[in-house]
Amino acid sequence: MGKMIINGKECEFTNERNILEVIRKHGFNVPTLCYRPDLTKDYGACRLCVVEIEGRGLQASCTTPPAEGMVVKTNTEAARKYRKGILELLLANHDRECTTCDKSGECDLQKYANEYNVTSVEGYVQQAVKLPIDDSSPSLVRDPNKCILCGACVRACEEHQGLQVIGFANRSSRTIVQPMAGKCFAESECVNCGQCAAVCPTGALTIKSQTDQVWSAITNPNKKVVVQFAPSVRVAIGEMFGLEPGENTTEKLNAALRAVGFDLVFDTNFSADLTIMEEGTEFLSRLQNGGKLPLFTSCCPGWVRFLELQHPDMLEHLSTCKSPQGMMGAIIREYVPQYYPEFNDENLVSVSIMPCTAKKAEAIREEFKRPDGSYEIDYVLTTQEIGRMIKSAGVDFKRIQGEPADSPFGKYTGAATIFGVSGGVAEAAARTAYVLATGEELQDVVIEEMRGTKRVKTLELDLKGTKVKVKIVNTLKEAEECIREIKEGRADYQLLEVMACPGGCINGGGQPLSYNDSEIKEKRAQGLYTDDATGEFRKSHENPEVKDLYAKHLEAPNSHKAHELLHTTYSDKRKACYISVGEE
Amino acid sequence: MTNLSINIKDEQQKALDMIKSQGLRVLVCSGTGCIANGSLKVIEKFRELGANVSTLTDYDKMTIVPTGCHGFCEQGVLVLIPDLDVTYVKVHVEDVEEIYHSHVVEGKPVERLLYVDPNTQQPVYKNEEINFYAKQTRTALANCGHINAESLDEAISARGYEALAKVLEAGNPDAVIQEVLDSGLRGRGGAGFSTGLKWKFTAANRGGKSYVVCNGDEGDPGAFMDRSVMEGDPHKLIEGMAIAAFAIGADEGYIYVRAEYPLAIKRLRKAIADATERNYLGKNIMGTEFSFDLHIKEGAGAFVCGEESALIASIEGERGMPRPKPPFPANKGLFGRPTLINNVETLANIPVIILNGAEWFSSLGTETAKGTKTFALTGEVNNTGLIEVPMNTTLRQIIYDIGGGIRNGKKFKAAQIGGPSGGCLTEEHLDLTLDYDSLAKAGAMVGSGGLVIMNEDTCIVEVARFFMNFTQYESCGKCAPCREGTKNMLRILEKIVKGKGEMEDLDRLEELAHTVRNSALCGLGKTAPNPVLSTLKYFRDEYIAHIKDKKCPAGVCTAFKKFEIDPEKCKGCSKCARNCPVGAISGELKSPYTIDQNKCIKCGACIDNCPFKAIEKK
Repeated sequence: MGKMIINGKECEFTNERNILEVIRKHGFNVPTLCYRPDLTKDYGACRLCVVEIEGRGLQASCTTPPAEGMVVKTNTEAARKYRKGILELLLANHDRECTTCDKSGECDLQKYANEYNVTSVEGYVQQAVKLPIDDSSPSLVRDPNKCILCGACVRACEEHQGLQVIGFANRSSRTIVQPMAGKCFAESECVNCGQCAAVCPTGALTIKSQTDQVWSAITNPNKKVVVQFAPSVRVAIGEMFGLEPGENTTEKLNAALRAVGFDLVFDTNFSADLTIMEEGTEFLSRLQNGGKLPLFTSCCPGWVRFLELQHPDMLEHLSTCKSPQGMMGAIIREYVPQYYPEFNDENLVSVSIMPCTAKKAEAIREEFKRPDGSYEIDYVLTTQEIGRMIKSAGVDFKRIQGEPADSPFGKYTGAATIFGVSGGVAEAAARTAYVLATGEELQDVVIEEMRGTKRVKTLELDLKGTKVKVKIVNTLKEAEECIREIKEGRADYQLLEVMACPGGCINGGGQPLSYNDSEIKEKRAQGLYTDDATGEFRKSHENPEVKDLYAKHLEAPNSHKAHELLHTTYSDKRKACYISVGEE
Repeated sequence: MTNLSINIKDEQQKALDMIKSQGLRVLVCSGTGCIANGSLKVIEKFRELGANVSTLTDYDKMTIVPTGCHGFCEQGVLVLIPDLDVTYVKVHVEDVEEIYHSHVVEGKPVERLLYVDPNTQQPVYKNEEINFYAKQTRTALANCGHINAESLDEAISARGYEALAKVLEAGNPDAVIQEVLDSGLRGRGGAGFSTGLKWKFTAANRGGKSYVVCNGDEGDPGAFMDRSVMEGDPHKLIEGMAIAAFAIGADEGYIYVRAEYPLAIKRLRKAIADATERNYLGKNIMGTEFSFDLHIKEGAGAFVCGEESALIASIEGERGMPRPKPPFPANKGLFGRPTLINNVETLANIPVIILNGAEWFSSLGTETAKGTKTFALTGEVNNTGLIEVPMNTTLRQIIYDIGGGIRNGKKFKAAQIGGPSGGCLTEEHLDLTLDYDSLAKAGAMVGSGGLVIMNEDTCIVEVARFFMNFTQYESCGKCAPCREGTKNMLRILEKIVKGKGEMEDLDRLEELAHTVRNSALCGLGKTAPNPVLSTLKYFRDEYIAHIKDKKCPAGVCTAFKKFEIDPEKCKGCSKCARNCPVGAISGELKSPYTIDQNKCIKCGACIDNCPFKAIEKK
């Protein structure tokens, strides 16, 4: 607690970790390229945030702690001059093909260059040889020619996922960010979570786009395109159109997707409800029949790949349930032609819209390959990609009139919608497991201890005498801790929910960029909680369309047919990358 | 007062008796420089000859003592025989027999192997009369070259571990810190921060785990003072660290040594093992409660790891890149614990301060810079090598008294002090004392103590380019201004020395220098522009001559040179034309050849191959 003077104005500070946060809290701003409020390691590499501190000269505001009586000026001639100088230096060594860059319009370097009136970088050493672009990953593209070495991606990978897939190589002006030993992403232990791209201020790390392929399917008269979209897309996509973060746009999105040209619009929330039926049943059966515990949730493809690469000995813990995307993919292939005769095996194109880059990799898992070599889901788009498609289709998202999704896979419950926040799967599972285990309905459906974006949550459920301990973590760094706990015999819980992205899918690598504002992910989470609270149904087993599906086709959860369609297998995938398998 | 299990005075007496029993001691330098000149062979030869010494001389025994660096490396191999206080210079294995027969057997010094004063041209018989040594005051380097660097007993004979015993006996860590504070000792690694204050800040966090780290990542080109201490008197460094650990309440330490110093690493390892075995290190040192374990961490060759926060990152196993400060290591250093990090020379000064007292130490030097400082004196002076002088010594005294003046009677032009982060001094600074504050005022710095003396034949722009090339290559790549700024500055300097500079380049060069200086993350980046700024300040004319007149006033930069064939001398043999890689030379056999200046790349192949010395570089 204290007071300082910023640009002549008295400003209070409390527990801000540096004066940059104080500056921003009080309505001023300074440019930053390497600072990320959600990353803990103070870095101080871009030097753009220099401010003048009385008695101490120019200092980087991102690494200077606030002090009582400090007098700070953010906009002095010297500070502006050096900022501009640094921007010129960075730009001179940057691939300046801005118009064709994926980040154009959202690039911080471009934005600041414009604000600081950088009109020419002639006379500086220009970027020399073009380095090869790494597009080996199904999810991400790495273009080192656009990298300004802010280190945000390296920190995100290390701090969130504990993986260090990418790191710095070489020294001085030859420094480069790349996977270990100059390998490409595909050969690396990358889990495709996309958190690196989510913090990249330039076009150096971007999402591998499939919008062109989807457009050609839509415009092809011989194709019929079915689309599904995930829980957390609905509370984030509005940001791309000037709506508030967290605003629930489910119905607008249904309408917009139809306007873009999709023939059928389903909701992944439907299959999230289905997941709860299947996974809840699987959990209780393991609990009662002495199956492998703790059971790991399997919704998150980053987490699944992490286990397959780092801990293949733990795969038996993983629920055999496909993710909601995977379940919906199978349901669409199997049943859409039955309900909509104009769709058949040849003309049906299945697209999903996910907040997640790893879902792109999940869709092309060997296990989801169909006999003809195609996959159950043809294309996976991220929130960012569909946002652009909606824009290019000329759809006014802000004003479009909402519409319901198509049936019979369009209805969802509040339990499904909260899948998008860390803890949501466990909370939804608890609501249904309770009735499955006890035959009675849970009265108080909101389980506060499971909510919020905190990285680790544990709690005990009382299923009428049967105590069940649940652990909920997000980020793979925390997941790694859980694995260690389990291996060392210290784990006392029976269910482990893991989401690879910090806070869960609402903060996925495919969501609209929000790295300078930590509050956005909270608002998105709140949006989902509100959707849960205001919906007609709040428990997955109450979803009338899910009930219908079981009644007409699947018989019961974990039935033979359900297993065939909705469950999958896992395997040791280490040979696919450079992780040493060692002697087995 | 704490009772110690070791009586250091007794140990000292035992060690001195042991040395006495060695008979005639012949000290042969086995620092890295002298080893490169063949000192190991010299030692071998001496040992061969000395097998039956007792039958020949007054001494019943002759002992060959391999020592650390004497500092006078260019005169190596150095052999010092203390009985007559004679130093032999440039000794080769072939000379050993003569030294043996003349000096050892007959007691007559070998005149032809004595140091010859460059000014009087007279041989110097007494060691202390050699001007290079005479004007120095050696404290950190006191034992280097005088004791067997690999013997704990010899270190003890030279009062090794006496200071540690003294502080352990007194048992008052705060008093130790006060002593260091009172001494006025400032960090010898570059920045010159008060050592006592650093200790005090770290000691304020006593109670939990803390560390003492010694920075031995001496990376400045040409600097070797820390190496000399580590190679020549490792126990002094270890003792300094143990005292520091006792003062701040640490029980573990690291010496970070660059891997390019294998001899220092070897000797430190032995010294640590010996000291631990004899209870000067390790658990319950000298029977007290104080324990201190010491490890060596080898650096992998990055200059930036000499920056303390990068060094800490490197010990932790991370990429050696500086971290922002605060937090300072005193609060949050190695593995997140309070850490005292001092340079080798700083720590080597600690035992002598404890033994002789703060008052004695602060009587040396200037008002704000106490004690002595080592410099690696190189360049165009007659005597080059490692020196140690009080901090109130002037540049003139170093060049003309210790250095014996400029070589070949040439004129002094400039001195580059403080390594690649330092600056240039000129004739107007000859009477400047080389302390922290006066150097900072002149736009230079003490740095780790690199001191390159340049004569009129040195191109100052080329010097700036050389250092900028170094810092650009060694920039860690983390912060934008250093990484990109040094690259751009280097490019401009390269342009200028190649004769392609324009006047606007000077403005841009200065602008870049200021951007880097004011916005870089770490000390390395902030000081990287110093050589450019100080040479621009004192030698702007020389830059302009390169740009406007297309001339290198010192005649160094090849780009401004012209290769010409003297038709008088040329016999028309065509050898030059056949060796020219770009076909710039043409002519007819048996008549003079000519060089096409537009094609010539000034590689010099023609000069090297001309049998008649007919080609000149003008």
